[in-house]
Amino acid sequence: MKREDFIIRFAGEGGQGMVTSADGLAQAASMAGFHVQTFSTFPSQILGGPTWTQTRISTTPVRSSGDAIDVLVCFNREAYDNHKSEVRDDGVIIYNSGDFELNSDGKSFGLPFEELAKSTGNARAENMVVIGAFAHLVNMPQEYLDDFVTKRFSRGRTGDEEIIRSNIEAMNLGRAEAASSGFSLAEMAEPKKPDYEQILIKGNEAVSAGALAAGINFYVGYPISPATPILIAMERSLVGENQFAYQASSEIEAINAIIGGSYTGKKAMTATSGPGLSLMSEAIGMAWMTEVPFVVVNVQRGGPATGLPTKTEQSDFQLALHPAHGDSVLPVIAAGTVEECFYATVAAFNWAERYQGPVILLTEMMLAERAQNIPRPDLDKLKVENRDVYKGPEGYLRYEAKELSPMPLPGTPGSYIANASEHDPYGDTTHLAERHIHMMERRFSKLKLLEDGEFESKNTEASVAIMSWGGSKGPSEEAYELILEHGKQMAWYYTMFLHPLPAKLLEELLQKDLVIVPELNFQGQFSGYLRSLGVKAESITQYTGLPFNVEDLAQRIEERLGAGTKGMVNV
Amino acid sequence: MSKKNPEYDFKWCPGCGDFGVRRAIEMAMQKWNIKTEMPPEQSVVVAGIGCSGNTVHLLEGPQPYGFHGIHGRSLPLAMGVKMGNPDLNVVVVAGDGDFLSIGGEHISPQAARNLNVCVVVMDNGVYGLTKGQSSPTTETGTVTSSTPFGKIETPVHPLNLFMTLGVSFVASSFSAKVKEMADLILQAMEHPGFAIVHVNSPCTTYNNTYDILKGDAKNNIAPVVYDIPEEHNSADRDAAFALVQAKGVPLGLVYKDPEAVSFEQRVAGTLANAKGRTADDVFNSLVI
Repeated sequence: MKREDFIIRFAGEGGQGMVTSADGLAQAASMAGFHVQTFSTFPSQILGGPTWTQTRISTTPVRSSGDAIDVLVCFNREAYDNHKSEVRDDGVIIYNSGDFELNSDGKSFGLPFEELAKSTGNARAENMVVIGAFAHLVNMPQEYLDDFVTKRFSRGRTGDEEIIRSNIEAMNLGRAEAASSGFSLAEMAEPKKPDYEQILIKGNEAVSAGALAAGINFYVGYPISPATPILIAMERSLVGENQFAYQASSEIEAINAIIGGSYTGKKAMTATSGPGLSLMSEAIGMAWMTEVPFVVVNVQRGGPATGLPTKTEQSDFQLALHPAHGDSVLPVIAAGTVEECFYATVAAFNWAERYQGPVILLTEMMLAERAQNIPRPDLDKLKVENRDVYKGPEGYLRYEAKELSPMPLPGTPGSYIANASEHDPYGDTTHLAERHIHMMERRFSKLKLLEDGEFESKNTEASVAIMSWGGSKGPSEEAYELILEHGKQMAWYYTMFLHPLPAKLLEELLQKDLVIVPELNFQGQFSGYLRSLGVKAESITQYTGLPFNVEDLAQRIEERLGAGTKGMVNV
Repeated sequence: MSKKNPEYDFKWCPGCGDFGVRRAIEMAMQKWNIKTEMPPEQSVVVAGIGCSGNTVHLLEGPQPYGFHGIHGRSLPLAMGVKMGNPDLNVVVVAGDGDFLSIGGEHISPQAARNLNVCVVVMDNGVYGLTKGQSSPTTETGTVTSSTPFGKIETPVHPLNLFMTLGVSFVASSFSAKVKEMADLILQAMEHPGFAIVHVNSPCTTYNNTYDILKGDAKNNIAPVVYDIPEEHNSADRDAAFALVQAKGVPLGLVYKDPEAVSFEQRVAGTLANAKGRTADDVFNSLVI
């Protein structure tokens, strides 16, 4: 029988080519028509340290990076020792025999990666040796790989031809060596090449593209893992008249600068991670107070404090809701997949511009660095919103209305003072109780404009539901399907729009006996929020710095189902 | 728009130096409007927190736009406003606490960029709004509510600091000299880059330094302030340093870099041949 799904992991020391191997294989497989997803995890240092990357290849869309490994490629001994236990019983291990030797364990064979690459005249083709060996194990047709190499290295430069030749030779050497080892896995099923145009994109790239599609023209940011690629993409993109992208001297400078830019009418964004969001706290409160729209992207990593800068976690939900002191609560959108990173960014801009205030967009390390092939978004079909601008001939009072009102822009009639202190209709500081009441109600009333978010629902008649958020969506949905296969009944809910929740979704969740929330944090931050809304929610948590393993998650959910509603949290 | 606004209840103390500074800003802004034929809405006054920040609410006459931001962050906010719309005349008002203490980290990067804004620093050597704590410019040994046994630190010398950080326009003024101050502020608005007008603006409640600054002939106190001599070459950086390192408080234009290139011009120059990318361009590069 042909296999539909393969997982290959590359493990070794940072700088040994794990990322290029996983990305290269993902490109080759996606060109051939497979669905792919990569995952990488590495320590916080420039070179070295234990690193691994993983590529999942499937004939159907891929929602998680997968559990057990079919093929493990070990670049050094440490990688072999650390990862071999995660290889399936029928899996195969390829190790770098140029680096270390193994006694036969019945599932491993050695390849001299470097020696084979060098023999082609291109020492950098080590990753192609490995990809070739993998291709043999899964019986992947030769032309897929040849096509990929030819396309990837046809860059119109002198020497392209030689690079293509040496890379193909390296793959063939890897394939031949693997064949002579006698190992093979299973034949890979034919891909069903999609009939739509595809792009292979990482989460951070999708956020940047989403911002561009939404019409961003003002970006100021500060480098921080894992959000830095967004700063770099913005600096390379926002060039020319009326556009500005800049590296600030701190997150405090960045956030205040985008507030100033948006105040003049720009569509503004900054991207950061937990520590940066903490520093932006006070200014975000000012933006809520002064009603200035923009998007703050928080690419979550492990926390608190410096935490785990290169690991994944979903532990900033409560901070996203309440980044600032005082009575305020921010709109929060979270992307759950690489594709959603694009659409969530557009949605975040639309929300910010619509309600005239800051919006927090949550993504995660595991999405930011994940490459996945997705349908190319149709830019013509995107709905892009812009703020209501005051265009009258004379001045008017910016904050006089009881709810949202047009925003005047400097340089045009309508001067007012954007004031971080409580203010009167013009923006002057005031301490009057009735004015504080007016402004407080005005600011909160605007959230009502954001309750129209979309959501997913399946099997809604079941009394117990699973509702994950953010990057745990994929593993949770696969776990949900596994549970249904086991003959159990559960409902599925999911939305990117975490606050305010889509009104209809909240209504449905309130009907459930139990809503199980898989999330990557200690406290169960999202289920706590759902309970505050009256939903009988409980979390299944994990705090390892890694995403959920699907089978493990399914088992924990089924155990929870078996326990019934006894001992449940009282709402 | 203080006069017409019954809800706004903030007041400077009688005799506060900030009254003079406010008047000078109004005069400079009106002159700028006439010279550039721009409406008052073309100017934005950006403020932080402190007695100084309230200037934005107390300006009289034609009203500019205003942004009264959080403590210490007026410069990054002003950077956003200016780079969001470089045609705006951006004026920052700040105090010694707001600008030199909590906001101190923001001066150096803006000097390096030559952010094209005019900053008016109202230095009274004390935290007035929070009732009399020591500030970076309070003299060593001074007893304040937060230095009950005398201030321990060496005071910051603002003009020296600004020169050292490479601010491209540095002027010094005194709140009692409104006309001269207005002239310096107008020059600062017109300067293509980071322009700071530092004003000694005494706090009559917590740190009344009028007699020290102006001198008091009756009590034999010589004035500390003096007009910068006409022969001073404000384009000469070494001369400017010599001036700010000498005794006393020089009044007038200390330094003006004649070759200053503003931040927005630097950005435009560096990116002149760069090509940006749209979402479509990004997708095209990622098609498989």
